[in-house]
Amino acid sequence: MDVTRDDVLRCARLTGLNLQEAEIEPLRRDMERLLTHAQSLQELDLEGVPPLLHPHVQACPRRPDVVEPSLTQAQALADAPDQDRGCFRVPRAL
Amino acid sequence: METRWEAVIGLEVHVQLRTRSKLFCACANACGGEPNTRTCPVCLGYPGTLPTLNDGAVKAALALGLALGARINSVSGFDRKQYFYPDLPKGYQITQARVPFAEGGWLEIPGDPSARGSDAPIRAGLVRAHLEEDAGKSFHEGPWTLVDLNRAGVPLVEVVGAPDLRSPLEASEWFKTLHQLVTYLGICDGNLEEGSLRCDANLSLRPAGAETFGTRVEIKNLNSFRFLRQALDFEIQRQSALLSAGGTVVQETRGWDEKAGETRPQRTKEAAMDYRFFPEPDLPPLVIDAEELEAARAALPELPAARAARYRAAAGLGADEAATLLQSRAFADFYDAVAEGSGHPKAAAHWMLGEVSRLLNQRGTDLDGLGLKAGDLALLVRRVAEGTVAHGSAKEALLPALLAGEGGVDDLIAAKGLAQVSDPGAVGRAVAEVLAAHPQQTAALKAGQTKLRGFLVGQVLKAGQGRLSPAAVNEALDALLAEGRDG
Repeated sequence: MDVTRDDVLRCARLTGLNLQEAEIEPLRRDMERLLTHAQSLQELDLEGVPPLLHPHVQACPRRPDVVEPSLTQAQALADAPDQDRGCFRVPRAL
Repeated sequence: METRWEAVIGLEVHVQLRTRSKLFCACANACGGEPNTRTCPVCLGYPGTLPTLNDGAVKAALALGLALGARINSVSGFDRKQYFYPDLPKGYQITQARVPFAEGGWLEIPGDPSARGSDAPIRAGLVRAHLEEDAGKSFHEGPWTLVDLNRAGVPLVEVVGAPDLRSPLEASEWFKTLHQLVTYLGICDGNLEEGSLRCDANLSLRPAGAETFGTRVEIKNLNSFRFLRQALDFEIQRQSALLSAGGTVVQETRGWDEKAGETRPQRTKEAAMDYRFFPEPDLPPLVIDAEELEAARAALPELPAARAARYRAAAGLGADEAATLLQSRAFADFYDAVAEGSGHPKAAAHWMLGEVSRLLNQRGTDLDGLGLKAGDLALLVRRVAEGTVAHGSAKEALLPALLAGEGGVDDLIAAKGLAQVSDPGAVGRAVAEVLAAHPQQTAALKAGQTKLRGFLVGQVLKAGQGRLSPAAVNEALDALLAEGRDG
């Protein structure tokens, strides 16, 4: 399956990766090989096979709706590079 | 000839579930308070943490799905929706993209006569309802964005309506009906201002009678019934002017500027694939087996639409009266108790919609705060219906005394001398006194000016301080007038 340089750049933009020029072509080749490999599934006859939602067969366990203590504000913000009035502070996002 | 455009509208509503804890962690699901005081490593998106599904949120979602008449999928899945935004700490939102927990269903609303030629009820369909987690809150200030993650991970059900609505009025009715349903079920506090219900509207126009849809515009964050109507009205005008002038509508996301009274373009709509949905590896499928489904169905209360129909049929109430009784489940429950206890459902409705509602408004409280017992109001309604106590005395003296906790209904009637007087002798004397005091009006009534009857009866009831039985007063008046004629 063909993967273009533009496909790589678009994925990089979506995932917030800063690629060096030298990284683009190897990544493009890797992505192409991965997708070609995945595409081999298209050869299977899947008529009547229900889609698999998850490899786990077990139902999602649930916890009771009970509140447990949260972190304190100071704990929550302890690793924040920047903060202001109890909030995380980041460069303007809008 | 100028083309007539038909609006095609579908709403998407995020319903914030009123659970105790968040969807995937045990932090409190609450409103207000200091920022970032309801977070933990899970909802902060720390590496190595795992989500655990809240059973309370599943139960609430299930109740909503059933109340909407939707098909409940026995197996549904969780997916990651990826995007970068500071209020989404994990870099993805856990949602149900491929298989939602509920599909289909509908909400019944009155049709808009201006769009359909009749107000006959329509069933406006639902595409799906899915569970997902909320993001945090961002505040933009100068060069900075401040982020509070208290809301990150709060459970939401997104209800996606079908493009079955044909006017802004129908859209607001649909949103109102959904609002009533979720508050009635007690799964959402219904606070629109605080974002407990958030509505986006999809709108396209097509020539009236056309089958295919036009280009769709999404209007985001219409958090009041009025804004929804206004934004859609504006957008219909804008698009029809554009189309009638030979232009084309651009598929885009717009926001409603309430001050300017117009919609404005927001960021261009991202293609769905940009979210790079993929199965959430940390959560196995959500399984709702037949047993759980039946238990949820059995636990469902009588729904507002069925209850309104019952009120109209059994108590002979109008649609508006029934709707007002259903302003909240507590109010309707209280009414049911009064209706049943009194044996007079229609009179009970009039007390609830009249005096009780007036007192609630006046005191700015709810039924709990008013301190009135349903059993007491039921007995009061019955005593009025039986003629034991006059309506006026019940309203002016008995109800205030009940609210003040001065005693029970019958004790108060006795203690305050509120029993209605229907003894012919006493009533006759009261009527005679009033007639004697108003000789001109009495003569005119005898001469055939029948409208004076109401005046004179009113005078008698007033003189009797509301304790005389109106029926007895009318009888006594008839008797005295007849005497006059005979003599």
